[in-house]
Amino acid sequence: MIRFIVRRLIVTVFLLLVVSMITFGIFFLIPRLAGQNSYQLASQYVGRNPTPSAIHAIEQKLGFNEPLVVQYGRFAKGIVLGAHYNAGPDKTYCPPPCFGYSFRNQQPVWPMMMSDVPVTASLAFGAALLWLVGGTAIGVLSALRCGSVFDRAAMGIALAGVSLPIFFTGLIALELFSFKWPIFPDLQYVSLTQNPYLWARNLALPWTTLAFLYAALYARLTRAGMLETMSEDYIRTARAKGLPERNVIVKHGLRAALTPIVTIFGLDLGLLLGGAVLTEFTFSLHGLGLFTVLAIQNSDLPEILGVVMLAAFFVVIANLIVDILYAVVDPRVRY
Amino acid sequence: MTRAERNGAGRAMTAMARAPLRGRDPGAPDELLEVRNLHIHFPTDDGLVKAVDGLSFRVDRGHTLGIVGESGSGKSVTSLGILGLHEGTNALISGEIWLDGEELVGTTPARIRQLRGDKVAMIFQDPLSSLHPYYSVGDQIIEAYRIHNDVSRKAARRHAIERLDRVGIPQAAMRVDSYPHQLSGGMRQRAMIAMALSCDPELLIADEPTTALDVTVQAQILDLISDLQAEFGSAVIIITHDLGVVAELADDVLVMYAGKAVEYGSADDIFGRPEHPYTWGLLGSMPRLDRERAERLMPIRGTPPSLINVPSGCAFRPRCAYADLTGGRSTDEVPPLRRTAPGHLSACHLPVGERRGIWAEKIEPNL
Repeated sequence: MIRFIVRRLIVTVFLLLVVSMITFGIFFLIPRLAGQNSYQLASQYVGRNPTPSAIHAIEQKLGFNEPLVVQYGRFAKGIVLGAHYNAGPDKTYCPPPCFGYSFRNQQPVWPMMMSDVPVTASLAFGAALLWLVGGTAIGVLSALRCGSVFDRAAMGIALAGVSLPIFFTGLIALELFSFKWPIFPDLQYVSLTQNPYLWARNLALPWTTLAFLYAALYARLTRAGMLETMSEDYIRTARAKGLPERNVIVKHGLRAALTPIVTIFGLDLGLLLGGAVLTEFTFSLHGLGLFTVLAIQNSDLPEILGVVMLAAFFVVIANLIVDILYAVVDPRVRY
Repeated sequence: MTRAERNGAGRAMTAMARAPLRGRDPGAPDELLEVRNLHIHFPTDDGLVKAVDGLSFRVDRGHTLGIVGESGSGKSVTSLGILGLHEGTNALISGEIWLDGEELVGTTPARIRQLRGDKVAMIFQDPLSSLHPYYSVGDQIIEAYRIHNDVSRKAARRHAIERLDRVGIPQAAMRVDSYPHQLSGGMRQRAMIAMALSCDPELLIADEPTTALDVTVQAQILDLISDLQAEFGSAVIIITHDLGVVAELADDVLVMYAGKAVEYGSADDIFGRPEHPYTWGLLGSMPRLDRERAERLMPIRGTPPSLINVPSGCAFRPRCAYADLTGGRSTDEVPPLRRTAPGHLSACHLPVGERRGIWAEKIEPNL
């Protein structure tokens, strides 16, 4: 088991390296291949309507005319050790972990992102808890009462949940529960440490909206998994032992049916931590998703590069945790 | 026919059929299981599937009954019915199942659950899919034992190791923590048997216990079952399509076709003096090592009937080489299961004398 985890960790580090290379390649190699010179590339690093001298300064400062390998080396080194952008009298220091320096905002990208992470994390974890519990519970009940009114109603609603986009359900939820009946009048983000009650109350609507989408998906997945598992031979064996039906369902059925759910859950959560773009945008939550949207709107390449790297990092870490969890749950995976 | 009517009619029929059934007193002290006129039907969109249709048999303590038949003849449905494992499905069950003087059809699910695994245990066909992949074999045996016995986990673990050792698993104390996928097919089936025997069941139902195993392992498992039966004194029902398995283990044999018993008798009767054309067919399609290789097996022509549209009259008629000899009766009438000799019953329209003649002249010499 420990060997398995160590091996997965090594693979993960390697994977992160590859991800950083690919991301870096997308932002620096592809424009070159497409025929952009370093001046044109630099012009995208200063935001809108820059002066030629400002562009030249940036080109120098970021070393765009150096070979790509050197540039990547500096980028990778910056993540670990921090980076100095030195060109003439203009000295800029970006402390580690340096994910780039937004010259438009005159700030390192990392602290900007970090101030948005709690918002996204609060949103993602809260919603994840809701949809995991709600979705699987509905899925299990649906599977056990397959074909009943409950099953059909739940699956109908689930279909709606899967199909309706967040900006639709979110706006309806806002209209109904924030304006018409102001149960959740205020949607301003309040940090958990500051006031747990307001934190939860103000996030309740985004949580529910986001969880609705995922719960629908999970309910369908759980139902399908549960139906399949409950027709397995080992379920018959469990019944033949004289096990009470509740134990058959929970200990033998659910345990096996939930394993694939764990995988998807990890990846979904990892993905969400990189920014729940639509939800954050709909509810004006200043998280990583909104950060990304603004970065793209302003064509702020360092910010985009930073947030892509961070999101990739979350997904890779989520993958690692899922793999380890899977090995804990399913003994056949421990090799 | 309503359920009650069918039950009533069933009782009248069993009363007739019962007296000669195996020729012993009903309710004799050595009787463990008696099934009377069991019907298990499944309503489907295409019609009523009559998986088991009026089946009667009995099993005595320490004895082995072999139930033989092709796929879809209702063997497994019967065994699951005895364990009450059709509960929760849409199965319609009528008739009687008496286990040690207790009627199981219509009793509470809770009561059946108490009996399952404790008094009646079951071994399934494919031990890989029948054991839970996420729990060690030890855990699964411990679970089975502790449902019915109020003992500590530690004591149950000792018991599990002891049983694993008893079914011939080497280094049982170590293997108890193995997961099913870490064991070979034969070892898995042994573990399955250890689990079934964990509560010393009085009746052990083995549903195709060797079908999924290597031929070399099959004989070992059969020997094991027969050894354990001698040691624990359990009654065994062995369900199979393999007459070789039955010949090795069974005291009595029930031949099923399309949900009905077509022949029922001692193993000597079935193998030495079979009286039903279907049994002849089964015997003829069995490979034998003591014959020339050049001789071809004689398969039974045709395929088993659909259980929704069972052929009128005798269900075996379309595949029977002797159906013409009955003068049309096989098309119109369902042949009843009749006693032809003490303890030997068969369901065929042909007169017994004629059948014995066919067996002696045409079938036996060619086997």
